[in-house]
Amino acid sequence: MWEFRIPGLLLRWLARGPATRRYPYVKRPPFAATRGSISNDMGRCTLCTLCQKRCPTDAITVKRQEKTWSIDRLRCTACRACVDPCPAKSLAMLPAWTDPPLKKSVDVYSKPEAAPKGAPDA
Amino acid sequence: MGETIPIDVVELLPRVKDLRDRGYRLVQIHCVQPSHWELNYSFDKDYGLVTLKIVTPARPDLPSVSDFFPSAFLYENEIHELFGIEVSGMSIDYKGHLYEGRQAEPFVKKPPEAAPAEGASGGGR
Amino acid sequence: MAQRTCIPYGPQHPVLPEPIHFDLLLEDEKIVDAVPSIGYIHRGLEMLTRDHDFMSMAYVAERICGICSFIHGMGYCQAVEGLMGVEVPERALWLRTIWSELSRLQSHTLWLGLLADAMGFESLFMHSWRVRELILDVFEETTGGRIIFNVCTPGGVRRDIDAQTLGRIAGLLPRFRREIDAVAGVFLHDASVKARLAGIGSLSREEAHAWGCVGPMARASGLSFDMRQTGYAAYGRLGVEPVVETGCDSMARVAVRVRELYQSLDLIGRCIKEIPAGDVLVKVAGSPPAGEFYARLEQPRGEVVYYVQGNGTKFLERFRVRTPTFANIPSMIHLIKGSRLSDVALLVLTIDPCISCTER
Repeated sequence: MWEFRIPGLLLRWLARGPATRRYPYVKRPPFAATRGSISNDMGRCTLCTLCQKRCPTDAITVKRQEKTWSIDRLRCTACRACVDPCPAKSLAMLPAWTDPPLKKSVDVYSKPEAAPKGAPDA
Repeated sequence: MGETIPIDVVELLPRVKDLRDRGYRLVQIHCVQPSHWELNYSFDKDYGLVTLKIVTPARPDLPSVSDFFPSAFLYENEIHELFGIEVSGMSIDYKGHLYEGRQAEPFVKKPPEAAPAEGASGGGR
Repeated sequence: MAQRTCIPYGPQHPVLPEPIHFDLLLEDEKIVDAVPSIGYIHRGLEMLTRDHDFMSMAYVAERICGICSFIHGMGYCQAVEGLMGVEVPERALWLRTIWSELSRLQSHTLWLGLLADAMGFESLFMHSWRVRELILDVFEETTGGRIIFNVCTPGGVRRDIDAQTLGRIAGLLPRFRREIDAVAGVFLHDASVKARLAGIGSLSREEAHAWGCVGPMARASGLSFDMRQTGYAAYGRLGVEPVVETGCDSMARVAVRVRELYQSLDLIGRCIKEIPAGDVLVKVAGSPPAGEFYARLEQPRGEVVYYVQGNGTKFLERFRVRTPTFANIPSMIHLIKGSRLSDVALLVLTIDPCISCTER
């Protein structure tokens, strides 16, 4: 009988607590597959520009002369079109979203300098 | 995929009336302009799709089919706004203000200019 | 002498999920004429075939709408696969079916919530959307996104769901059923809901056919057709019966959508039991040939038609979507004329409008 469901609902609420989460104080951990943001391990990146070709929104720019890989976070739609075919497996999809930015900017990452051959002792 | 029947503009209204009398439902009306003009009127009955296709070299002037299918006005206003096709006798005529796009007739391919400015994307823009 | 007033309704209105504008001409409390204006969310997505090749257009197609996103992506992929003659692996078809039915669940629970909100029944709205959150968690676990999935691509699907996750989803289905029972029970039996919805927006069977209604709008008026019976994806193996009601009014449309929720739960359970092992993606080589193809699918809102025409290059000549709301809007206007002002909100929602699909 529908009339008796209301006390039952109230008791359940008292026992289990509300159905809502007190976001942002309590955050739900993301799933492993959640498409949050792209990260690039610059040590493994070969600057082959395949990700730039595959990106449907042209968010990635690779400059081979300057050895930089940059991504416009606001253009990125987290579709994984860059991550899946990456031959060096340097691109990864993090489950965490980036913080909301206050102004438009492009994140630029440079390839680290290679260690010189025959490093001196001490 | 269904059956496609090529017709002329003059056959449109009698054919549409015939399909209405046989219990068909209007599915869609749309236009494609590769190098000529194609108009497709699709109808459905019991999952069988029948498409009447009008192919003309120049932009046609069409009569409205709203007498037979009152829901046709949205499709006809859309092809009028996006392709500039004149449809006479629409039940509600928005006179080109259905979508309020910034460009007039945005889908119509302009002929190539005298100074070459064709992009590599294969199709005029 | 009746007083005539013209009221602008929308594009910003608390009950509208997407912007649409009406100019309502009233005589006292009754509406004598309604003139719709659309175009607030026209993004010209179909023109993007000039910039995006046929593989990237799948991303654009999915973003036509947030509620119907998966089936848009799937329909586009099916149309391109039909045009190019690509045969999709079996497992991909079954996975697409599972995601389509989950999509139908989240769309119908969203609509139930919006309908409750339009009636002012806010707690029912919140509970419907709480149930929807459970479905969205399943989406996020399997595809990575809650609304936009980027999982369908011409040639199959980009991700697989492993057996363990499928088992877990199957284990969640009884819980979904209990939650839906609680919410649907109120929609179907509560006296205040019945008072607002019974007899409102009556569309007889002949009128529904003449106005070209599709989807639950048509099935609530007794017209029995559902595009899933044409057997695309794995529906041919499953066999779907259209859910038909004969009430012809808004209550019947609620009943159709509620029964479709249960039907979707059954279909998902059967898919999980019967899904075969195998690959999920084939590589699509070459470009779409010259030619055209129509793909017709069943969105939660009705029949959706995807038309693609190729021209031999990697950019499609034309991509056209005829969404179900586009077909249902003329009947909505017909229903609004002659109704009371207080019912306009419910009549707009009764077709389950998705204006971003309509305007693309």
